[in-house]
Amino acid sequence: MALKSPPVLLGLLGRLSRRSFSTSKALASTPVTVRDALKQAIDEEMERDDKVFVLGEEVAQYDGAYKVTRGLWKKYGDKRVIDTPITEIGFAGIAVGAAFGGLKPICEFMTFNFSMQAIDHIINSAAKTFYMSAGAIPVPIVFRGPNGVAAGVGAQHSQCFGAWYGNCPGLKVLMPYSAEDAKGLLKAAIRDPDPVVFLEDELMYGVPFPMSDEAMSADFVLPIGKAKIERPGSHITLVCAGKATDTALQAANELAGNGIECEVINLRSIRPLDFDTIAQSVAKTHHLVTVEQGWPQSGIGAEICARVMESSAFFELDAPVWRVTGVDVPMPYTRSLEGLAVPRAPDVVAAVTAVLGNKIVEPIRQ
Amino acid sequence: MALKSGVSFIRFKRLSHGIRLLSTHTRPEISQNGGKNADFPGVKAPYVTEMKLLNEHSYDPIPIYRVIDNNGEVIERTEEPRIDNETLLNMYKTMVQLNQMDKILYESQRQGRISFYMTNYGEEGIHVGSAAALLPQDMVFAQYRELGVLLYRGMTVTEIINQCYGNHEDPGKGRQMPVHYGSKQRNIATLSSPLATQMPQAVGAAYAFKRAPNNERCVICYFGDGAASEGDAHAAFNFAATLQCPIILFCRNNGYAISTPTSEQYRGDGIAARGPALGLHTIRVDGTDALAVYRAVERAREIAIQNKPVLIEAMSYRVGHHSTSDDSSAYRPVEEIQKWTQEENPVQKLKLYIEGKGLWNSDTEKQFAKEARDIVLRTMQQAEKKKKPHWKEMLEDVYYDMPPHLQKQMNQMEKHLKKYKEHYPLDQFQSE
Ligand SMILES: Cc1ncc(C[n+]2csc(CCOP(=O)(O)OP(=O)(O)O)c2C)c(N)n1
Repeated sequence: MALKSPPVLLGLLGRLSRRSFSTSKALASTPVTVRDALKQAIDEEMERDDKVFVLGEEVAQYDGAYKVTRGLWKKYGDKRVIDTPITEIGFAGIAVGAAFGGLKPICEFMTFNFSMQAIDHIINSAAKTFYMSAGAIPVPIVFRGPNGVAAGVGAQHSQCFGAWYGNCPGLKVLMPYSAEDAKGLLKAAIRDPDPVVFLEDELMYGVPFPMSDEAMSADFVLPIGKAKIERPGSHITLVCAGKATDTALQAANELAGNGIECEVINLRSIRPLDFDTIAQSVAKTHHLVTVEQGWPQSGIGAEICARVMESSAFFELDAPVWRVTGVDVPMPYTRSLEGLAVPRAPDVVAAVTAVLGNKIVEPIRQ
Repeated sequence: MALKSGVSFIRFKRLSHGIRLLSTHTRPEISQNGGKNADFPGVKAPYVTEMKLLNEHSYDPIPIYRVIDNNGEVIERTEEPRIDNETLLNMYKTMVQLNQMDKILYESQRQGRISFYMTNYGEEGIHVGSAAALLPQDMVFAQYRELGVLLYRGMTVTEIINQCYGNHEDPGKGRQMPVHYGSKQRNIATLSSPLATQMPQAVGAAYAFKRAPNNERCVICYFGDGAASEGDAHAAFNFAATLQCPIILFCRNNGYAISTPTSEQYRGDGIAARGPALGLHTIRVDGTDALAVYRAVERAREIAIQNKPVLIEAMSYRVGHHSTSDDSSAYRPVEEIQKWTQEENPVQKLKLYIEGKGLWNSDTEKQFAKEARDIVLRTMQQAEKKKKPHWKEMLEDVYYDMPPHLQKQMNQMEKHLKKYKEHYPLDQFQSE
């Protein structure tokens, strides 16, 4: 039930984009979908290091529920691309054990919603074993898969776990937005000696982004814990990650038409959190709005607000910080309501207008 | 000293029955090995001096119970269930109705009218056979591929289609994906997506029933061969047995979990083999034979209601794709499907049986199939025109009492919509 879009169609898109990718490799900026960028990252890292292997439900012959591992089973075989029985707690545990044993597993959850079945292995074993073993047992593992809001799949398949995993010391938590993010961050995650939770967006898989020659190269790795300024601006800072970056950029575009310049910061990494980049931006713009798809309470935006409060960035503010978040309810199925339950560009525009106009009487929880 | 011997005396008495069985007179081979029976808290078993290494071939496979053959003929007269004609017709008609719904709703997803659908082809016998053997007061926990059970229990075509369309008459208020049905009135727990979570929950519900005085209700919990791999499945088996709950754990073993065949899902003798190992009464049945399923569930219910949990494994084949998101030609040959749609077709088998009884013929078939199709098409057209649930439904039922922050948001939204109503498609939503 996790599968929403017909794989037949996905397959076609995948093939098309792959074709365009292989024929135009030499061009300065090649359009690559997030899905293909992820696959490239896994493929390159598997080639580079034979300790790297993939396991999860339907990842081998079926190419993965969302076709991210397309072709890898054919290329690397049963030993390195492993289909598992339907037991998340089982294969997450197997992956953690394999990491204890010196391998570098990439553990795919069909969606992060199903990681709830396995969360003990992630929080209590992957995140803590290095510490508990007094540094004797590192856990180089990547837990990856689609996270957050999908389309038309209701309450149990449409939610963000960024704040959940971001809460836990011992884990690193990444949230890519573009194809370049996807590739550079996933490669970094695979090489990292710590356990990394890698939160993708199903709705971004098919979206193509231009990729530079540099990003296309097998050496391209992005640093973990460093945010990216997607768009410079001087009036207000928008902090976002993953698909929310898309929403923030749309709003920034619209606001630019009214002479308001937003600085859009794509966090890329939820833990470690690049607060320096946020603070520097706030020192310049004196206004801050956070945008995320998850729920408001104890969310990513809440964390950023707290860090601002606890730092000198607080004195730079000319107005209270405002969070734009998902609505504080389980995701409704009906399309019309689903659209209203996650931040849209007009919500961000409204938030920016209110913050800049200092019109916040009391914060409205989205 | 006295105390010690007293203790061993009591222990001896408790074991006397077992020891008698193992005494030199009846089981000389044991006595050769010392004739002693172990008294570990974890297990009571004889000691032997010959190491015994067991594997999946140490036991015969659990046989598959069937009542009728492929021509709808009863194989062993004494096994024919006593089902009145009206019930038989109801069972068969439910199968036909189910097939029509699957055909049309699957198509409607392909046309983009609904976002998702799952068909039930190949498992019709499981649905009507099991549902007919249950009582209305029994509680059903389903996985998602049990629409025939729901239909048999009285969920209407209208309710089901309204759910798939998420309109304001959907009993689930448009909150869930298509096929996530539920009906309190028919004792059907609302479906949940994460696999196998319904299993320990079903055991919990059965435990609640057991606690009621003079209980006459049992729980049936359906799950797939794939779901059986989840940790929750093991927990459900173990708790059903140790808590001695009135429950029937019903595995629909249809050979696949999306693309994963059972050969990769498990080793050993299927799901049924886990039953006796965990202390469950167990039956393996031919799921393409509705009458055999009926007999199995009828018997299971008799046992379960005495707080003896039962595991049933019904063997079948998932004839359709996993869901509208799946193309099964990527992982199985078309020829494989044919056997199950032709020789071992559950609908065909029951049809031949009731035809043999003179209850059905090609005219009644034609007429009913048309009725079944028409009602689905008609209902679908109506469902499409119905309004969406009131927007307020989005904020309701998160908590039993609406907390202030949601209340506030609702008021704001209300004011906002009053002021800017021309910007919203409010006419598409149900209003007060
Ligand atoms: C915890 C969890 N993991 C994965 C999934 C995705 N998923 C949905 S159905 C399915 C296959 C289940 O197969 P099976 O239990 O055999 O039932 P069938 O579809 O064959 O009727 C999977 C893997 C899920 N819904 N929940």
